[in-house]
Amino acid sequence: MKSPFRPAKLPDPAILDDHRLLIRLLERRRLIRGGLSLGALTMLTGCDVNSQDSVQKGLRSISAWNDRVQAALFDPTHLAPTYPASMILKPPKFNAYYDITDVKPVHAYDWKLELGGLIADKRPWTIERLATLPETEMVIRHVCVEGWDYIGGWSGPTLRSFLERVGADLRAKYVAFKTADDYPSSIDMATALHPQTLLATKYAGEPLADPFGFPLRLRMATKLGYKNAKWITAIEVTNTYPGGYWENFGESWFAGI
Amino acid sequence: METNSVGRRLHPLALRIMHWTNAVAMLIMILSGWGIYDDFVIIRGFHFAPYMRLGDWAAPSLQWHFSGMWLLALNGLAYLLYGVVTGRLRERLLPIRIPELFQTVRDALHFKVEHHDLTVYNAVQKLLYIVVVLAGISQVLTGLFIWKPIQFSSAVALLGGFQAVRIEHFVGMSVIVGFLVVHIALSLLVPKTLWAMLSGGPRLPSRRLRT
Repeated sequence: MKSPFRPAKLPDPAILDDHRLLIRLLERRRLIRGGLSLGALTMLTGCDVNSQDSVQKGLRSISAWNDRVQAALFDPTHLAPTYPASMILKPPKFNAYYDITDVKPVHAYDWKLELGGLIADKRPWTIERLATLPETEMVIRHVCVEGWDYIGGWSGPTLRSFLERVGADLRAKYVAFKTADDYPSSIDMATALHPQTLLATKYAGEPLADPFGFPLRLRMATKLGYKNAKWITAIEVTNTYPGGYWENFGESWFAGI
Repeated sequence: METNSVGRRLHPLALRIMHWTNAVAMLIMILSGWGIYDDFVIIRGFHFAPYMRLGDWAAPSLQWHFSGMWLLALNGLAYLLYGVVTGRLRERLLPIRIPELFQTVRDALHFKVEHHDLTVYNAVQKLLYIVVVLAGISQVLTGLFIWKPIQFSSAVALLGGFQAVRIEHFVGMSVIVGFLVVHIALSLLVPKTLWAMLSGGPRLPSRRLRT
């Protein structure tokens, strides 16, 4: 079966060859235009721009190295502290790369969860079928990369039980998520199998509200907030590094806490 | 037997390298830390201005912080090992005598800031250096706990919770920045100390070689 993560049709690379002259002309024009602008002064120093580039590359490779250190620091048997239900913040804090007023609710009637990659049973799941899975409840701390935190109460099937149920290859490296709000995300298999990693469907005992990922979102006690994809529409198990939304802007991929 | 003329310098080469490496690491950690701070401030209404921060926004500031941490921690570890093995820490920073401490403060308040013999630190200097070394160690630990509050959940609970550790990390930074203001100001007031940290400074008298 085809992965829901790859575009159906890739553009032919030959079109670059066909238009090589045009591309070169475009670049030449931009150079002339740039030469007239004040911003070109920084271009004249040349090495400045280059060194900034290599600094960025250096920082990114250290971040990739740190991801490996983080994976080594992660103890799959260590449980995050849990709290009494009375400490649950209602409603939870909203976080996304856009404002709460821009949330586009997902409709229950046409929602389904697609599966892809190294999974034996790739039949899509409906909300009703998800509700038949045994539910786990946890009251845990949400820690945002910005520095704020709150206590939230989440329930739903553990990701581990779901992956086992659909016959996923648990030796694969990554579990990737596709969401209704175009927020691709992915996690390591060790965290996916952690007992405090849920496919949450409820908050404080009630079905998830629209801004917080209805009908299905990821909730992990051992990762920073931005790793918890909301409004999940597809799950893929893969050995190819899938990346993620904030990771493309330089945030850490592992993001373990 | 070594004699005065061939004796160890006040600041051996290894120490000078570690000092300036630490200076770079501290600068990276402080300025990128200010960038991270601004994303969710601790003191309401208090931000660090963009030109004071390392990194255009939080993500590059975090990248700088998590790169600089290796330099700071490894260099700091080397410094502590060196200081313990060679006996430098004990020789230079101990003992601190309380009456001497008060005398130095009294002198300083009367604008008697003298430092004729670079090889001997006064009581205030000793105390400040001990405080800043402890603050550095504390920063590495609280930093590790903020980075991994779940993996080190017991330590975080012991220190009063996640937000408390963030505040402790901020206070540790403030202590180090406070030290730096005094440290840099005094090194500029007595420039031969600055020169000593570049060139090695005077040779130590032989009696100080064996402790």
